[in-house]
Amino acid sequence: MTRKYDAIIVGAGHNGLVCAAYLAKAGKKVLVLERRHLVGGAAVSEQIFPGFTFSSCSYVVSLLRPKIIRDLELTKHGLHILPLETTFNPYLDGTYLLRGVDAASTRREISKFSKRDAEVAPLFSQAMAELSRLIKPIIDSPAPDLGSLKPSNLFELLRMGRILKDAGDDWVAANLKMMTMSAADFLSEWFESEKLIAPMAASGIIGTFLGVRSPGTAYVLLHHYMGEIDGSFRAWGLPKGGTGSISNAIAASARALGVEIRTEAPVKHVLIKNGEAKGVVLENGDELHAAAVVSGADPHRTFLNLVGEKELEPDFVTQIKRFRMRGSSGKVNLALDRLPSFKCLPGAGLHLQGDITVAPGIDYLERAYDDAKYGDFSKKPFMNIVLPSVTDPDVAPPGKHVMSVFVQYAPYHLKEGPDAWPSKREAFGDAVCDVIEELAPGFKSSILHRHVLTPWDLEKTYGLTEGNIFHGELSVEQLAFLRPAAGWARYRTPVKKLWMCAAGTHPGGGIMGTPGALCASMMLSEGAA
Amino acid sequence: MPRPTPFHERLAKLNEAYAWKEWSGYYAACRYETNHIYEYTAFRRSAGLLDVSPLFKYEVRGPDAARFLAYVTVRDATKLKVDRVGYCCWCDERGKIIDDGTLTRLGDEHFLLTAAEPTWRWLSHLARGFDVKLDDVSDRIAVLALQGPKSRDVLKACVQGIDFETLTFFGSANGRLGAAPVRVSRTGYTGDLGYEIWCDNAHALPVFDAITEAGRAYALRVCGLDALDMTRVEAGFILLGVDYFSAPHCVRDERRSTPFEVGLGFTVQLGREPFMGSAALEAEKKAGPKWELVGLETDWEDLERLYDAYGLPPSLPGQASRVAVPVYLEGHRVGQATSHTWSPMLKRFISLATVRADVAKPGTELKVEHTVEYDRRAVKARVVQKPFYDPEHKRKP
Repeated sequence: MTRKYDAIIVGAGHNGLVCAAYLAKAGKKVLVLERRHLVGGAAVSEQIFPGFTFSSCSYVVSLLRPKIIRDLELTKHGLHILPLETTFNPYLDGTYLLRGVDAASTRREISKFSKRDAEVAPLFSQAMAELSRLIKPIIDSPAPDLGSLKPSNLFELLRMGRILKDAGDDWVAANLKMMTMSAADFLSEWFESEKLIAPMAASGIIGTFLGVRSPGTAYVLLHHYMGEIDGSFRAWGLPKGGTGSISNAIAASARALGVEIRTEAPVKHVLIKNGEAKGVVLENGDELHAAAVVSGADPHRTFLNLVGEKELEPDFVTQIKRFRMRGSSGKVNLALDRLPSFKCLPGAGLHLQGDITVAPGIDYLERAYDDAKYGDFSKKPFMNIVLPSVTDPDVAPPGKHVMSVFVQYAPYHLKEGPDAWPSKREAFGDAVCDVIEELAPGFKSSILHRHVLTPWDLEKTYGLTEGNIFHGELSVEQLAFLRPAAGWARYRTPVKKLWMCAAGTHPGGGIMGTPGALCASMMLSEGAA
Repeated sequence: MPRPTPFHERLAKLNEAYAWKEWSGYYAACRYETNHIYEYTAFRRSAGLLDVSPLFKYEVRGPDAARFLAYVTVRDATKLKVDRVGYCCWCDERGKIIDDGTLTRLGDEHFLLTAAEPTWRWLSHLARGFDVKLDDVSDRIAVLALQGPKSRDVLKACVQGIDFETLTFFGSANGRLGAAPVRVSRTGYTGDLGYEIWCDNAHALPVFDAITEAGRAYALRVCGLDALDMTRVEAGFILLGVDYFSAPHCVRDERRSTPFEVGLGFTVQLGREPFMGSAALEAEKKAGPKWELVGLETDWEDLERLYDAYGLPPSLPGQASRVAVPVYLEGHRVGQATSHTWSPMLKRFISLATVRADVAKPGTELKVEHTVEYDRRAVKARVVQKPFYDPEHKRKP
């Protein structure tokens, strides 16, 4: 049998494409196989309703590494990130907070609730930026393997240790607090106004099955700030044409580098002989061979479906099964006849151009979590809303709009079981629209089409196990050298010549591209492809 | 005191930033919101509307109009067809550039020339012996630039009498906007799909209202000069008084440039009847220019290293900068970078620079001065092709 490819990548999600592009850039012959009819995985733009382009799942970009943008010449291949400058928080009592127009107006806005907090806010941002800057090298390089005494690993540990040492005791203390505290408690050490704390804390629960009062959620806040560290050069914003345009740009770059991408080519399993990956078997029975196989699927899919338990050590299987997926969020995509008009700030304006966060109080958020804890979707959920068509006229017909609503909580494991989701889908969508209607009367009558994605849909359509948007929770015990399993955090797997390149590996989820890039660089440095 | 332009009444209401500057004696908006990034985005991704009325504008009429302009400018105006626009510049006897602008042929014997600086004296000085009539219409014609990929959709929705499918790049046509007669040319200073709309002052407000109304469905934004400055650097367009200087205003001869030295060599049409500066330009074309205007792209990794040494993340102004800084090769100054901007489109820090011709080849690695924490340092930069940003839709029919 002739070996045709240096590497086959399973799944054309953004990480799979990044990995493919970097391998091809190093001269490797790479094939990417995608189950669906389009590339992108969870970073896709789809016309679910004619004339309206939805970023079906992932909807903003913040962490896409600038180096990847440069290396893969993504701007040349169509990537353009539109500004998303403001954060608007409408409250149920008719008040609102609008941050991000400029420094002075942000201060004035916060002063409506706390004069003290208004002056603390920039100091907090500065502290977060500093933390992010120090953490950046850790995010941008592979996680060290604590169990290994290889010189390269020791060097990396040493480097990381030096980062911590140079940073000073205060920083270590702050970092420890971030790693262990709840978002609500951590923010309460800085701020006094709940009107500010609640929406800020909300970014600590995104994609986790935790509440704002759950320990460990402070760390996820930092992820939020990471995207902002690069100042005006940041990648934070709305991808022009939806998040699918990021995937399309990476795919175009990959193709230009010689990568072959096949869509509607679902992989049945990885072809393994004597504990070594030899290629893949497609659903249609075709066998494809390669020197290395890279999985862009999440750890559960990779090991429990594509590889199979029988090829793995029982201990490892247990670790993977313990790796928590448990999706907690859903998405409601809407085609609108007109812009919503909020009761607290009527009409159009800067507040509709940015991010709109519905997180009106700590108790509101915690109650939303309470529903989820016992297997129900939140009756009054946390929501993160954007209206991309305000800045990007191409995603909706002239004068019309698209609204993307990220909704939490929507637990995969309903008390009736996950398969009850299809029968609850519309009720979930109604709960979301009811809250928006309360904040923006008349909103419901502007809806032309509603597309509701529950965690069950995220699993069935987009291949995210249990609908987890990060390929596994971003909780502290599932990060760095523990992602996805102790000893296997460096993109390698117990199956020889099988690699992992997606969000289930360090440094995790979000449209970052780092797992894909780091996987490629590890493979290349070890001559694996 | 600057004067209001014919659009000022509307613009003043929109300018929440209260940010104005003086442009040729008029009030011109820098930006309408405190952050100009959405205006930039409109130019690049939807449609941006900019008041460019302060441009100097001269009408030239008469049997000798074409011959006269062919003599004044480096372009052979006799070859310019009616309803076409030509970008051009004009020089002194020594081939040193005085100004640049667009030349529109409105009729067989009728042209419109734009200029960045007052040019009446120069034109009338050279007009002796030509059967032409000059008319300074600077204060009588109001001009809007509508730039961006959606600009055509907006104009289609409000302009009558123009077939936008056949109005090609650098074409010009007469039409109507409601009751107002307008001339629309497919030109601009952003390097994107874009148009300029010319009308009498009297029609300015209704024209403005009709365009902004039609633009509502296309995310049109009224834009200021801050956003324009970023786009014009991305487009590689030079600016008089920033990237080069008008020859009569220069004290030192070193400051004067020829069209070849500022990247306007493509506008110079030689091999015809002598024109202002033609002998010198002929000679320079043979010998090659001493300087060239190039694009520079900062090496981001090097910039990060530079800032990292101070424990800082890279920091750049959010606006285009016109602070000239030296460009070095192996420690020796080989030119200067005169306009700079962070390009949100390209995610790169880019500059326009004039460098010695022998180091102007794309790919050449140079160093540009960069100040970090009061220290003047230098950062690596590579010579690259201009324009930095050149979308297909700019020229597409």
